[in-house]
Amino acid sequence: MNAIDVDRLTKKFNSLTAVDNVSFSIVTGEVFGLLGPNGAGKTTIISMLATLLDRTSGKAFVNGFDISREQDAVRKSIGIVFQDQSLDEELTAYENMDFHGRLYRIPKEIRRDKSLELLKLVELDDRKDDLVKTYSGGMRRRLEIARGLLHEPRILFLDEPTLGLDPQTRNHLWEYIRRLNRDNRVTIILTTHYMEEADALCDTLAIIDRGKIIVQDTPDNLKDAIGGDMLVIESPDSSRLKSELNGFNWAKDVRIHNHTVYVNLMHAEKHIIEIVNLSGKRGIEINSVSIHKPTLQDVFLHYTGRTIRDEEASAKDQVRMRRFRRNR
Amino acid sequence: MDIVYTLWLRNVKRYIRSRSRMLGSLGMPLFFLLMLGFGLNSVVSIPGFDQGYIGFIIPGIVAMSVLFTSIFSGIQIIWDKQFGFLKETLVAPVSRMEIMIGQTFGGATIAFIQGMIILVISLFLGNHIASFAGFLIAFTFMIMIGLSFTALGIAIASRMEDMHGFQLIMNFLILPVFGLSGAVFPIDNLPPWLKSITLFDPLTYGVEGIRYGLLGVSHVNPVVSCTILGAFMLIMFVTGAYLFKKVKI
Ligand SMILES: Nc1ncnc2c1ncn2[C@@H]1O[C@H](COP(=O)(O)OP(=O)(O)OP(=O)(O)O)[C@@H](O)[C@H]1O
Ligand SMILES: [Mg+2]
Repeated sequence: MNAIDVDRLTKKFNSLTAVDNVSFSIVTGEVFGLLGPNGAGKTTIISMLATLLDRTSGKAFVNGFDISREQDAVRKSIGIVFQDQSLDEELTAYENMDFHGRLYRIPKEIRRDKSLELLKLVELDDRKDDLVKTYSGGMRRRLEIARGLLHEPRILFLDEPTLGLDPQTRNHLWEYIRRLNRDNRVTIILTTHYMEEADALCDTLAIIDRGKIIVQDTPDNLKDAIGGDMLVIESPDSSRLKSELNGFNWAKDVRIHNHTVYVNLMHAEKHIIEIVNLSGKRGIEINSVSIHKPTLQDVFLHYTGRTIRDEEASAKDQVRMRRFRRNR
Repeated sequence: MDIVYTLWLRNVKRYIRSRSRMLGSLGMPLFFLLMLGFGLNSVVSIPGFDQGYIGFIIPGIVAMSVLFTSIFSGIQIIWDKQFGFLKETLVAPVSRMEIMIGQTFGGATIAFIQGMIILVISLFLGNHIASFAGFLIAFTFMIMIGLSFTALGIAIASRMEDMHGFQLIMNFLILPVFGLSGAVFPIDNLPPWLKSITLFDPLTYGVEGIRYGLLGVSHVNPVVSCTILGAFMLIMFVTGAYLFKKVKI
């Protein structure tokens, strides 16, 4: 049985179609990544699967249960870490854990031991009796993750789990997510803006844009599909350079993003000289040239026309915006 | 029942921690009690009530304290919506009914405590208690007011996106309900058109019930008060539960 089956799921907000006829399956025990730019519909999909949002049409099954007819069974099967904060700031970290444990009817002793164990795991055990309103953003994030794991769900949704965490904590969490997945066979669905994260954690990736799944495969297959090498040329005259390059049949794909030209080609090292010579002849200035094997960054650019760097930046801005709105 | 207790516990914990909220919502009732009580005690005397004007309004001010606190407690759900905590509750495998009951009990408990504080203060101001049984009658009515208006607060919060509508609720709901309830004046002496309006105000029966308990006399028969307030409580509870069930986040 699949952990999740989604069949032509659609969500409309008035005239806006946030999720558009999406179908996919997630095999039990895998880590599944949803990758997409801001507003792609990732959170909306997760909210529907978690029974927090009604679907407009289509069907979905979570742990074999229908998301619209068997909501209680779905809720018992899942844990979720929301993109936005969902803690009670007037309670302590331990009390937040305890509240969660009680809601999921975990017996007293197990609730206490498990809470302490998880708080230790996210390194909050020494601050567990402090009110959450005194916590930093990263500490809150860690607490939310610990809380989402308390009832040992079969399926865990992580909506941007490591957004705003420092690299050390992020690595820590990756390790834990891997362990959870491997040792406890928890199926994990995560959305992320970090390519490294998607690459490091996910067995399967779905790239989603404007509510549609554009492509879905393993990270390696996605990179191989692009194939060859990526040549990155920084030039103040990028559009002219691009039209020149389009004339070569070895240039499989040429794109401009932020005054940088991205060329997908085979055997890049052979063609560099050619490009440099041509630019000299035509008087096109070149600031730098570099070669790398296709990464998920390139996959993302290829399918969405954007680089994840932009997404990262704007995602951070968004978090800042949210905080700002709240503090007013 | 565990779930109801869990939500109740959270509400009570938050209340105990937030001293400013506790003192803040005592401010207005105390102000009314002292200003009206001492201001008018010597010039107003109400036939049938031998405890003076201050004795007459104490039940009204207790009811006021319960009313304000309970509506505010119910409306707190808007904050939970805005700060995201409501999602945590709604995604758990518990029914909305249990959440609603827990919130209502929590709000009513807090409101009852706030009412008790006013009651205790009033004892120092020379309020005499008719009897122990009277005390219990007053408690019952306080609890009923608390439950009714917490449920009303939840019903309102379920339909509101943010706190922008709060002024509206304050001016067009809470103040009229308090003002028309006969908390600070005897409803028997009113012109007939005004009296009939006060009889449409559910809080009137709460005030009258508490007054009967504390003073042993009231304009409305306590059995009638209890029946009408009880019916109002049920209607509010059903409305609150219905609207809360439909909450979207
Ligand atoms: N409650 C809502 N009402 C109206 N529109 C909404 C609502 N929630 C989401 N949307 C819209 O649906 C689209 C998808 O939003 P969603 O939050 O799912 O994106 P996302 O992929 O999670 O983006 P991000 O990476 O920024 O979190 C957006 O255009 C958004 O404006
Ligand atoms: Mg999102």
